[in-house]
Amino acid sequence: MATIHVDGIAYRVDGDDNLLAACLSLGLDLPYFCWHPALGSVGACRQCAVKQYRDADDDRGSLVMACMTPAADGTRLSIDDAEARAFRRGVIEWLMLNHPHDCPVCEEGGHCHLQDMTVMTGHARRRYRFTKRTHRNQDLGPFLGHEMNRCITCYRCVRFYRDHAGGEDLGAFGAGDNIYFGRHRDGPLESPFAGNLSEVCPTGVFTDRPPGDHYTRKWDLQFAPSICHQCAVGCNISPGERYGELRRVENRYHGEINRFFLCDRGRYGYGYVNRDDRPRLPEWRESPGAAAVTLEVDAALDRAGDRLRSARRVIGIGSPRASLESNHRLRELVGGEHFSLGVTAAEQACLATMERLQREGGLATPSLREVEAHDAVLVLGEAPLASAARLGLALRQAVLGRREALAAERGIPAWNAEAVKTLAQDRRHPLFIAYPAATGLDGLAEASWRLAPDDIARLGAAVAQALDPAAPEVASLDPALAAAARRIAAALLAAERPLVVSGDALGSTAVLEAAGNVARALARRARPGGLSLIRAEANSTGVAMLGGRPLEWALGEIEAGRADALVVLENDLHARLPGERLERALEALATLVVLDHQRTAVWSRAGLGLPAASFAEGDGTLVSLEGRAQRFFQVFEPGVLRPESRIRESWRWLHALQGTVQRRRVGETRLDDETRHCARQHPALSAIVEAADHADHRVQGLRQAREPHRYSGRTALRAHLAVSEPRPPQDPDSPFAFSMEGYAGAGRPQQENAFAWAPGWNSPQAWNKFTDEVGGHLRAGDPGRRLLGPVPGDYAYARAVPEGFVRRDAEWQLVVLPRLFGGEETSRRAPMIAARAAAPTLQLGGDEAARLGLAEGDRLTLLTPAGRLTLPLSCSAGLAPGLVGVPAGLVPGLATGQWGRLEPAGERRRP
Amino acid sequence: MPETPTPPPRAPIASDGGGFALDTADRQAMRRERDHYEQPQAACIEALKIVQRRHGWVPDGAIPAIAEALGIGVAEVEGVATFYSLIFRRPVGRHVILVCDSSSCFLCGVEALRAALEARLAIGLGETTVDGRFTLLPVCCLGACDGAPALMIDDDTYGPVSPDDLASLLEAYP
Repeated sequence: MATIHVDGIAYRVDGDDNLLAACLSLGLDLPYFCWHPALGSVGACRQCAVKQYRDADDDRGSLVMACMTPAADGTRLSIDDAEARAFRRGVIEWLMLNHPHDCPVCEEGGHCHLQDMTVMTGHARRRYRFTKRTHRNQDLGPFLGHEMNRCITCYRCVRFYRDHAGGEDLGAFGAGDNIYFGRHRDGPLESPFAGNLSEVCPTGVFTDRPPGDHYTRKWDLQFAPSICHQCAVGCNISPGERYGELRRVENRYHGEINRFFLCDRGRYGYGYVNRDDRPRLPEWRESPGAAAVTLEVDAALDRAGDRLRSARRVIGIGSPRASLESNHRLRELVGGEHFSLGVTAAEQACLATMERLQREGGLATPSLREVEAHDAVLVLGEAPLASAARLGLALRQAVLGRREALAAERGIPAWNAEAVKTLAQDRRHPLFIAYPAATGLDGLAEASWRLAPDDIARLGAAVAQALDPAAPEVASLDPALAAAARRIAAALLAAERPLVVSGDALGSTAVLEAAGNVARALARRARPGGLSLIRAEANSTGVAMLGGRPLEWALGEIEAGRADALVVLENDLHARLPGERLERALEALATLVVLDHQRTAVWSRAGLGLPAASFAEGDGTLVSLEGRAQRFFQVFEPGVLRPESRIRESWRWLHALQGTVQRRRVGETRLDDETRHCARQHPALSAIVEAADHADHRVQGLRQAREPHRYSGRTALRAHLAVSEPRPPQDPDSPFAFSMEGYAGAGRPQQENAFAWAPGWNSPQAWNKFTDEVGGHLRAGDPGRRLLGPVPGDYAYARAVPEGFVRRDAEWQLVVLPRLFGGEETSRRAPMIAARAAAPTLQLGGDEAARLGLAEGDRLTLLTPAGRLTLPLSCSAGLAPGLVGVPAGLVPGLATGQWGRLEPAGERRRP
Repeated sequence: MPETPTPPPRAPIASDGGGFALDTADRQAMRRERDHYEQPQAACIEALKIVQRRHGWVPDGAIPAIAEALGIGVAEVEGVATFYSLIFRRPVGRHVILVCDSSSCFLCGVEALRAALEARLAIGLGETTVDGRFTLLPVCCLGACDGAPALMIDDDTYGPVSPDDLASLLEAYP
């Protein structure tokens, strides 16, 4: 700690900080551009100038850049000094010379850091009357718009994109007054984190492209604290709604998880919420194939009640993309012994293994912030940038952490970004990756191995054995793999905090057990490391903790005639099960009730479809891969602009349905009732009640506002329906109001914040007002409750190690490869994601293709007992020999480990 | 004596850079440069100079080719190639005349020299004569203040140069 004197007042600050970060952490207003809490200082923009004094007797002082000056003990400075203020006003003035006067039509207006800083410095009159430099803009793909004329040359974009996120295709071109930030030529930005540029850019050069078509000012959006549903990481988001549509997803600061950045699947994958073809009314089909008729709520419940009451046995299929409350309510409706989690047996086995390893693996699961503090990483059988992208970004920071370590040895502070980078050059902490194909992190890895899943498990087991001779031996291990295992083990042992990452991308419990053995061996060698296990979907972890049977069991019961009614909760069964078997089972049913917010194939088969709320229209609790229970809250009430809509949370439908089936008057239920009920029935989930504030939480006697204080046009929003404004919707489920009336801001710290706004701070930089220090934790504490952690005990190593992979002559082993864009059930339905997704291909290793006389682009058919698939061939993933890579999300039933034959389909391309 | 590489014969290419193909010998030369450094990025300037030596300028098509040869990103090469004013991104004449416009030369009368050059060649700064013989460019310093006003034609520095010297000076560059 250090004492600094700012304008005559003494403050205690972190002496390792720079003056800018220290002042902002104190809550003082000091303008800046090039500095960013996650990117450090470069001193380029000269905006944060302050007056620094030698000692108490110095009354002249000198101007210094706060971001480049250490907050050393005894530092005396003035923010308010007249010369410093004039300097800062001057800097803004010349930054604005070439900036266009287009605020009224700029998508950034209203959440623009440049606007905020201009107002803060008091530069209000333009004196420059000459020609401004102009640029040609580029088409950067479906996510981001590009308007280079607005650029103030702060370099934040390339520092984020290249240094932080590892992207290579965005650059700074030119020099002097003619600098251009863009790509070598037009084309989609390749980094999966490109969307963060819309928040990193302090002005409107990079803005979200979608709202550009019909953009809405931040102050006109209705927000709620939400959790990203597009993977299992559990990033906190602030979705914004206008006119009954989600218009934007913004990062919502969480000090342990996403902090400042999201991945593009999370930021732009929400489009399925806005689809016109979504079910919005209950639909009734008298017989399969008959046209659907819409029903009112009571009629729908009555008919469903009659059907389910008269059924011999009802089975419920839950979903890893639905909330705990909805899954739990379905489980209550049908009974635990009739409930399926909605995942295949193979996936469920992996989920159970991961849950067990998080308790018994010996190493705790780190949060993403903690991931960044590890100094050696082993990734077994996962491609984090494809299956849990935000975790992949954190792994990159962990590996680059060597920079700060090297700088610390030489007394260079971690915030001095350019010095730290220059010193370290390419030196990194060790990262080892074993995966069947290339991964986006390979470029950072000290070594990576392309192996079949069983060989990955053997490599992992061998690493454990090299760490601890008590771990099981790996019989007849290839000498090269044995050497690799020793090398990895040595690096993990040399580290202060080694991290093991695995997951169910390959659907292999053997790989997971191997990762568990490595973690256990490290724990036995008393290494304070971490174990991070990736699940595929937003609530995969939670639903596994709820417990139930696999999908195949449900099919078997129906096929055997032991069940004649099925209730499906938010689950696109045709994406998980082979079509033929599923269709036969569905045909055998007397009653099929489906709850979903998407018109899936199984919805179209349902006797009764109940329109469920997506994350934007409902509340619930998810458990992230970290084992953290987090609540998402309803963003908007769909009935306001679509009065005909009967969308309800699935848990609300199921609660009402349960009452109808049992002919009980159950009355209304509320989120808190459902959460409590779930927590009571499942001791492992008991802490979910504390995951967020309850509906009766008040701030200064007020609910929290979902709408910013400047929200405009509320009384006219429905003028095309009725000119009198109805009462705003009431919310029995959360402490938030569908109104601008209520508490908002950072003055009274809250865990759950619908949006970031502070006096003078309209941009996402306002989050600095909500944290205990810049880049730190929310002042009210980061939300969510951890449910999983190591349980002390003496746990044995997994003894079974699979046989080595043996390639076959005429068959290839399938590997289902996760895809960030297009590989996930709901975001796949979002137009922007569909536009960004690469065309699917069948992947073979380059040598393999050459041996078969095949060239890139040749059409190829894969034949397996579970189905066939014809796609163009690609060798871009560099697959291990003997394997064929299949893109996830195309053919259900295809699973890693199956074998298939390959046949050329149609004409081969001649080179 | 430092070895002066003999410039390879110029291979002209279309003015829009179309049809650029990286010469095999040039690619090998870039690889050799790359091997001198810990980071391949460090060889970027040399690689650009190799292309410029052969073609007189660096067309757009050369950028991905250099990136491939060095194993670095296209944007990184483009960033370097647009930063330096002496890496030419448009076609230039057979000879490039750089007129110094920094303070020493300014004090010693470079304005008259530049006006004489412009009149004689009938072009302004940044332009190329119609016969494609000369391109005239300003340069911020040639490090030849003792010979101000100075100019440089291709690799040869001259100074002090008076307007009267130009006729004989330029004759040496056909």
